Amino acid sequence: MASLFEYILKTPVVTEALRPGADTEIEVIARQIDDRARKRFGRSLHIRQVDAGSCNGCELEIGALNNPYYDLERFGMYFVASPRHADCLLVTGPVTRNMADPLKRTYDATPAPKIVVAVGDCAHDCGVFAGGYAVVGPVSAILPVDAVVHGCPPEPRAILLGILAALERRA
Amino acid sequence: MLTEITIELLQLLMVMLGSPLLVGVIRKAKARLQGRRGASIGQPYADLRKLLTKEMVVSENTSWIFRFTPYLLATTMLLSALIVPVLTTRTPLGFMGNIIALMYLFLLGTFFLALAGLDAGSAFGGMGSSREVAIAALAEPTVLIAIFGIALRAGTTSLDSIITRFAAEPLLMLNAGHLLAFFAFFIVALAENGRLPVDNPATHLELTMIHEAMILEYSGRLLALVEWAAGMKLFLFLTLLSNLFFPWGVALTNTPVALVTAFVALAVKLLLFAWAIALVETSVAKLRLFRVPELLAGSFTLALLAVVTAFFIK
Amino acid sequence: MIIDSTVMLNLLLVTLACFSAGAVGALAMAPWTNLSRLVGNAGALLGALGAFALGIAGIVGGNLQLTVPDLLPIGGAALGVDRLSAFFVVVIAAGAFPAALYALGYTREYAGKHSLAGMGFAFNVFIATMILVVLARNVLTFLFLWEAMSLASYFLVMTEPEREDTVDAGWVYFVMTHAGFAALFMGFLLLARATGTMDFANWSVAAIELDPTSRNLIFVLLALGFGSKAGVIPLHVWLPRAHPAAPSHVSALMSGVMIKLGVYGLVRVAFDWLGTGPVWWGGTMLIVGAVSAVLGVLYALVEHDLKRLLAYHSVENIGIILLGLGGGMLFQAHGLEALAALALIAALYHTLNHAAFKSLLFMGAGAVVLATHTRNMEELGGLIKRMPQTATFFLVGSVAIAALPPFNGFISEWLTFQSLLLSFQISAHTVNLIFALGIAALALTSGLAAACFVKAFGITFLALPRSEPAALAREVEWTMRAPMALLAFACIALGVAPFVILAPLEAAVFDLMGAHADMKFDWSMVVANDSFGWVAPLWIALGLGAFLMAIPLALRSIGANKRRRYYETWGCGRALQTARFEYTATAFANPFKRVFALLYRPVKELDIEFHPESRYFVRTIAYYNEGRLIFEDALYRPLLRMIQALAREARVLQSGNVHGYLVYILVALVALLILTV
Repeated sequence: MASLFEYILKTPVVTEALRPGADTEIEVIARQIDDRARKRFGRSLHIRQVDAGSCNGCELEIGALNNPYYDLERFGMYFVASPRHADCLLVTGPVTRNMADPLKRTYDATPAPKIVVAVGDCAHDCGVFAGGYAVVGPVSAILPVDAVVHGCPPEPRAILLGILAALERRA
Repeated sequence: MLTEITIELLQLLMVMLGSPLLVGVIRKAKARLQGRRGASIGQPYADLRKLLTKEMVVSENTSWIFRFTPYLLATTMLLSALIVPVLTTRTPLGFMGNIIALMYLFLLGTFFLALAGLDAGSAFGGMGSSREVAIAALAEPTVLIAIFGIALRAGTTSLDSIITRFAAEPLLMLNAGHLLAFFAFFIVALAENGRLPVDNPATHLELTMIHEAMILEYSGRLLALVEWAAGMKLFLFLTLLSNLFFPWGVALTNTPVALVTAFVALAVKLLLFAWAIALVETSVAKLRLFRVPELLAGSFTLALLAVVTAFFIK
Repeated sequence: MIIDSTVMLNLLLVTLACFSAGAVGALAMAPWTNLSRLVGNAGALLGALGAFALGIAGIVGGNLQLTVPDLLPIGGAALGVDRLSAFFVVVIAAGAFPAALYALGYTREYAGKHSLAGMGFAFNVFIATMILVVLARNVLTFLFLWEAMSLASYFLVMTEPEREDTVDAGWVYFVMTHAGFAALFMGFLLLARATGTMDFANWSVAAIELDPTSRNLIFVLLALGFGSKAGVIPLHVWLPRAHPAAPSHVSALMSGVMIKLGVYGLVRVAFDWLGTGPVWWGGTMLIVGAVSAVLGVLYALVEHDLKRLLAYHSVENIGIILLGLGGGMLFQAHGLEALAALALIAALYHTLNHAAFKSLLFMGAGAVVLATHTRNMEELGGLIKRMPQTATFFLVGSVAIAALPPFNGFISEWLTFQSLLLSFQISAHTVNLIFALGIAALALTSGLAAACFVKAFGITFLALPRSEPAALAREVEWTMRAPMALLAFACIALGVAPFVILAPLEAAVFDLMGAHADMKFDWSMVVANDSFGWVAPLWIALGLGAFLMAIPLALRSIGANKRRRYYETWGCGRALQTARFEYTATAFANPFKRVFALLYRPVKELDIEFHPESRYFVRTIAYYNEGRLIFEDALYRPLLRMIQALAREARVLQSGNVHGYLVYILVALVALLILTV
């Protein structure tokens, strides 16, 4: 334990500031929630991540959001364990046949007001899996989507910017 | 009469408004120890505010107990805030109960929360309830024996009188038994509030959850009440630890100067405790569920030693 | 207020008349089952009312001494009322009245299948003899009534003899109660011979002059006898068998009231008949109480049979009462009379409270069993929506037995804690350690009891029904709900207004011990030992109520969203939510089984049935996790084996030869003549 505390004392705070990204990375589609809710979510957003059949490449990038460099928490955002606690659904993957129904149920289990952010090319238009027999369609075929983050996989920076854009909040 | 009401109101406001801040400070401390910036210390306020604007999604399997429990939890905590000597030893409503009554008020909240966990009919909730009541039951003997240890030295179990006695005769605290009782109580505080190494408040794995599992079904204002009540419970436990074991700064009279000093003193003590908890949570991993009774048995031994030293070292 | 003894006598006679009318009437109307049932239960109901009045009159100050010579040998039948007996009469009546009312609806189930006339007769005799036992004032009256009470309860337990667990229960109960009776018999006769009198009133003076060995022996015998009736560990083996097997109103009476007679006997032995005893009496009582409390609740935790769970909880609560009694005896042995009185008051208060909430819980369980025809918790669930009122009453009972404010269990446990904590005034290290362990045991018990009732109420009433009968359950009729409502009200009332009971208890204890308890109380507060501890239950209740109303109003005023949407339980998005996804009672008790595995010695069995074509596919998985009963295996079975071995050896005496038997008679006659002349 002494070595742990030595390491803690030696390491500074390594969180990086968020760089703005290119315009093609993010697409804001819908406005499901009103301005008041958007302001509230701007200070505190609870996110539920749903894997609707992805290859887990996007999940790795999303997982990186919790590390000290990207630090999701400084924006007041947390990942939560249950859609009942969530305000935002972060959906990855082309929606497979088996995950279509659970995805819809997860969305219904989330209390209003809520937003949906689709992450990755697969979530946007099924990516490389388009037309496959196991795939139903992109996320927008099942749920109303507020913002899409392009990329295969997108950088954690872009994912963060995507969520912020859905809230119309600057970094 | 007016002073009494003011003091009680002040204490109530401190607990009500101070508990999200306490939670925020602990999270910030943990973030700093992990080398990241972390959310601001006012983040829990924003969380609660947002939760109050959300709708409630309630399971069809539940009954009135599910909807009633958050209100009861908040109620027991608010009532406890009136009894615990947060700022002063002349708590006007302190006559309502002594430390044993306080512990049973906390148990009332736990009882109903466990029922609410079972109410939705999900396996997660049932698991959380089962573990939560097991840990609460195993922590009870430690609490009571630690209280016995304190009561032996202070000669009373009334919260106000204990602090007055210790503040008046600081030498009473200068023995091993006092320290042992403190450590025993600290471990119980960690267990009862769902902190590492007993329970990880930030986990997403249902199989490792205890407190979180019971509240997976809550949303909207019900979730806000449950989270707030949990924060208040932590605040009250840490206040008890600070004021019972280190009563410096607690107002012995009800003058404005004394109260302001008490406020500052409590803030400092709670800040230190918040950092202590953050350090403990960063340095230990969560215990396997079936190792937690060993930890609680260890804390029981500490408390029993505290009692024994009180008898043999007079 | 002085109440004339003629008034008391009249009350007693009216009570007995009601019970006799009920008993005889039930038998006489045997051909008309419904009428017989009504007469039997109505007689018990009215008799209970009369007894309640008698008890209240006795507490207030009425006095009665009644001797009927020649009714029984050696001194006739002697009855008397003092404050302690009156208190126990109130406890009995408070348990019997709701039970009789409940029986009006509950026994309808038995019409045509079992003898309702016999049940009515035995029920009335049972309650009447219980009341008379606490009024008995000499040895033979007491023993005669005690035996009558045991027989009446035996017949009530055996109401459904076609069930195999009933026969087993009846048999064990019969043997244990008579073993206890034998111990009582010996103890009483030894004490009567040593002091030269059969009257209870003269014993406390005469017993002080006894030599220590005989006093100790008498104490042990009487403690064993009364302890087996109370159900302390290890004499408890009959309780978890007999109480579930009996019909629910009888279980309520047996658990709530009859085992308290064991407590009555122990109070008389420790504080009245034998005077102040040596330290080890109190110490043993306290340790036995602590062990009973912890083991009782641990066994209850792993039970799935709802009524057997409640029966084990009775063992636990008797343990708590004995903790108070043992503490009181220890205080008395060290000369701290005021603290002894406090401990005794705590124990007696808990006696009354337990009668209230245990009867309530058994009645609730009976309603559940009636509605679903099963006692197994693993098959219940969701009953709160089908039987809302029963559920609420059961919840009140559960919160009360878990000793949570603002109900009555909290007050009596608080008082017990305070009296145990005040033990620091004794300065003997062993005693202090025993008290400390007693406190730890009481704390563990109350935590585990809360856990157990989360399980009992949660699994039985909440979430989804786990079987067809549970899904089709219906609320029971008003004659069964009314007594539950009455007892629930009593639980709340005794919790917020303890002064109602504390005043008469103080008077009763003062009569018994001659000392005032070390506590003060008024309409709102109870203070122990001047400033050692205090609690104001009425204020706590008011505070809880006030905040419960204030919070929703506050939320509304700040404009919180109050929209509510109903949806399925969160199951990670799976398509189906059935009762199979719920937590089971076995699973709920699993953490305890693992922590206390040394006690339970669980036997795990896992049966996996594979598909005949391939071992990769599983058809069914059956999992059993049963505990073993330690006391039966370790204590009773060897004892029984030894007795059977002895009996086999003694069989040589039964030669079958008439001449041999004639010789035995001659020898016995000669021996008796030599001994007595």
